[in-house]
Amino acid sequence: MKILVCISNVPDTTTKVKFVENNTKLDTNGIQWVINPWDELSLTRALELKDDSSTGITSVTVAHVGEASSEPTIRKALAIGADNAIRVNGEPVDAYYVAAQLSEAVKNENFDIILCGIESSDHNGSTVGGMISEFLDIASVSAVSSLSIENGEAVISREIDGGKEILTVPVPFVAVVQKGIAKEPRIAAMRGIMMARSKPVKVVEPIAVDPLTSVEAFEMPETRAACKFIDPATAGDLIDILQNEAKVI
Amino acid sequence: MENRKVLKSGEFLVSEVDPMDIFIPEEFDEEQKMIAQTCKDFLEAEVYPKLDDLDKGDRELMLKLLKSSGELGLMGVAVSEEFGGFGQSFVTQMLAAETIGASYSFAVAYMAHSGIGTLPIQYFGNDDQRERYVTKLATGELIGAYCLTEPGAGSDANSGKTNAVLSEDGKHYILNGQKMWITNAGFADVQTVFAKIDNDRILSAFIVDTNTPGVVIGPDEHKMGIKGSSTAQVYYNDVKVPVENLLGERGKGFRIALSILHMGRIKLGANVLGAAKKAITDSVQYANERKQFGTSIATFGAIKHKLAEQVIRTFASESATYRVSKDIDDQIEKLMSEGVEKATASIDAIAHYAVEAAVLKVYGSEMLDFVSDEAVQIHGGMGYSSEMDVERGYRDSRINRIFEGTNEINRIIVVDTAMKRAMKGDFDLFGAAEKLSNEIDSIEIEKTDDSDLYKEKMASIRNLKKVALLTINNASKDFGRKLVHEQEILFNIADIITEIYIAESLVLRVKKIEQLKGSADLYRDMVDVYVYDIAAMIRKWAMDAFNSMPDSDSKPQFLVAVDKLTVVAPVNVKEARRRIADKLIEDNTYKF
Ligand SMILES: Cc1cc2nc3c(=O)[nH]c(=O)nc-3n(C[C@H](O)[C@H](O)[C@H](O)COP(=O)(O)OP(=O)(O)OC[C@H]3O[C@@H](n4cnc5c(N)ncnc54)[C@H](O)[C@@H]3O)c2cc1C
Repeated sequence: MKILVCISNVPDTTTKVKFVENNTKLDTNGIQWVINPWDELSLTRALELKDDSSTGITSVTVAHVGEASSEPTIRKALAIGADNAIRVNGEPVDAYYVAAQLSEAVKNENFDIILCGIESSDHNGSTVGGMISEFLDIASVSAVSSLSIENGEAVISREIDGGKEILTVPVPFVAVVQKGIAKEPRIAAMRGIMMARSKPVKVVEPIAVDPLTSVEAFEMPETRAACKFIDPATAGDLIDILQNEAKVI
Repeated sequence: MENRKVLKSGEFLVSEVDPMDIFIPEEFDEEQKMIAQTCKDFLEAEVYPKLDDLDKGDRELMLKLLKSSGELGLMGVAVSEEFGGFGQSFVTQMLAAETIGASYSFAVAYMAHSGIGTLPIQYFGNDDQRERYVTKLATGELIGAYCLTEPGAGSDANSGKTNAVLSEDGKHYILNGQKMWITNAGFADVQTVFAKIDNDRILSAFIVDTNTPGVVIGPDEHKMGIKGSSTAQVYYNDVKVPVENLLGERGKGFRIALSILHMGRIKLGANVLGAAKKAITDSVQYANERKQFGTSIATFGAIKHKLAEQVIRTFASESATYRVSKDIDDQIEKLMSEGVEKATASIDAIAHYAVEAAVLKVYGSEMLDFVSDEAVQIHGGMGYSSEMDVERGYRDSRINRIFEGTNEINRIIVVDTAMKRAMKGDFDLFGAAEKLSNEIDSIEIEKTDDSDLYKEKMASIRNLKKVALLTINNASKDFGRKLVHEQEILFNIADIITEIYIAESLVLRVKKIEQLKGSADLYRDMVDVYVYDIAAMIRKWAMDAFNSMPDSDSKPQFLVAVDKLTVVAPVNVKEARRRIADKLIEDNTYKF
């Protein structure tokens, strides 16, 4: 069986987010890009499954939509242990565009299991996985928190309200995974880093797809209002403030 | 090897290179960054959650963490591929050392193992010894230690009493003696032990399996800092060491010890960078969060001054560190192209840059002490709480001025080695110095008010180099061979040499950043502040030295010259530091 892990790259969590072009674009200046945390965990789980010979998983491929500047993210995935990679050479403008490109790039590759993170830590779209399954016309399971292969069959558990649901799914399918899928992301070992140099990365040109959405503007959350302290000696002022300033009583 | 101008060790005192001739950290390639990221990921996942447990002195835990780093291949970064390592360039080794340097006790255990615990055998062992030991040290299957210091032999390392005698059947050396302050002693499987055979004057080196009968490990010392690293005494009672475990030749041990110390101290220069960057990030995050007088303390000029100074010294230290690291890589390549085996080429290249290695050790350890001290200060009372990493960092920093040769010994090495290399003919120090002294009344003082920042600073640095040469020349003339006994003056000279190397590396780096990226805004502020500061310090050190010479009365022209040579362009240092601090405050993490 072959696993595909879809990866996106996101600004690392220490990034000070700023916008440009009338608040329609992220200012990418000085940003350090990392693999989306959910995707990194998916990749980790995929590799764990491959390490266990009883699962019959023979290869783990990563796929990514992004321009050449995102190559380091792909190399990192290869260093962590993916066998090969596919990069669709286009700017990931929206979820529809990304799902369409990924589906097109992999439709003839016969992956048995396609893993997508439930969201990406930048846009939190949560839609790519579902769309890929639609494009490829295969099943999809959402909110997957564990995945194992038993007797050639995928056993999945999903977080549901107040408990867990356990399912089996015939391949091929898309699993949209949550963070519980693996404990900790796997760290690229020295050997992996050295081997990543020579692992194949297939670069494909994007197909013509119009995105379904376009960003009108990004807004930053309002800074939290400052807390006002009242001297205990004049605690009575509180009533006046609540009445006349905050106008809540 | 690109076609770039590479200077010999110490030659920077009389020669200059172009900014494009030096390597700067902005040029790390993707793979190097990935290796650094792996080190960082490992620390965050495995080491940081365990710092408190480590500091309780849990030997088992330290051993486990060392082995985990081995599984990731991190112990093999500096080991050649043929012995199971990854044969990385010296620059990459330093980057890994820098990144791991942010891990307190773990860094000490890791460096002791993968540096002084492993590399003596790689560099000086025969193929059989490398096969038996290095391949396993490279993966962490075996843990290594380095046993040089004895109760009676610290800085005077060759004075050790540990003794080895060939057994009657000629199959073993029988080892007796005692070692002290041995890092990783508590769990190391293999030690490189220095001892004298029979009544030899010079040490020899032996590879000792610690499970050999007669090797007794003492309890761990109770230390001020790096409490998680195992440091113990080791006793050797009639320990039978197979003759095939003599490392190198008889009587070559002291040379091995010194070479390995050059390597250890230059890597220490990388370790402290990681520790400093961590302390700076801790400092700025606290400063941004802590409010007093109704505002974040990061808005106070006093705090900005501290933050900026932490950044400038770290950045300057880093500039020099990677500059010489690349010089070492080129030297290795050069030696290999002349037919020298890689291991030998590596250690010879490191030992070649002995002046810079000692400079980095002294400067880096004192830089980290400064940065850690201010980190505590920025935290106020919380800085004194054991809950905070900066408290740990403050205590852990202190050891760096003591081991790998104390900073006193290393200051001596800076001057002594530079002078010896010059006398050997590596570069013309004394000729140039004599010429300057002869024309002291008409000495050429370069103007330091150029509109081009780079030209202006390089002119200042050339002036400061003249101060160095005048001081060295006068001191060696006045004291001759007795200069070694005038350590106060020797140390003045060492500090002058050190600051010149660090400042020049900073200026070259910033110019190169500008050339590569088109602008270097804040970095120019660093250059401004740094050169301004060191000129004043160098003036004082030179004056101290001249005023302490036997016929100081006869040297008024020299004092005048020093005065003039140390004039630099005026700088609004307050505003420059504020701009640097503001970037740090905005980023809320060290990102320079
Ligand atoms: C935590 C820790 C870990 C260590 N790990 C190791 C290890 O793994 N292996 C190992 O072999 N050693 C190790 N050491 C030993 C360390 O290298 C020595 O402590 C160091 O070299 C200094 O020797 P000493 O302690 O005997 O001090 P001394 O040599 O007694 O020095 C005392 C003071 O005198 C000064 N001094 C000495 N000689 C001169 C001189 N000629 N001129 C001017 N000043 C001088 C020193 O600079 C110092 O300030 C470790 C030490 C510590 C504390």
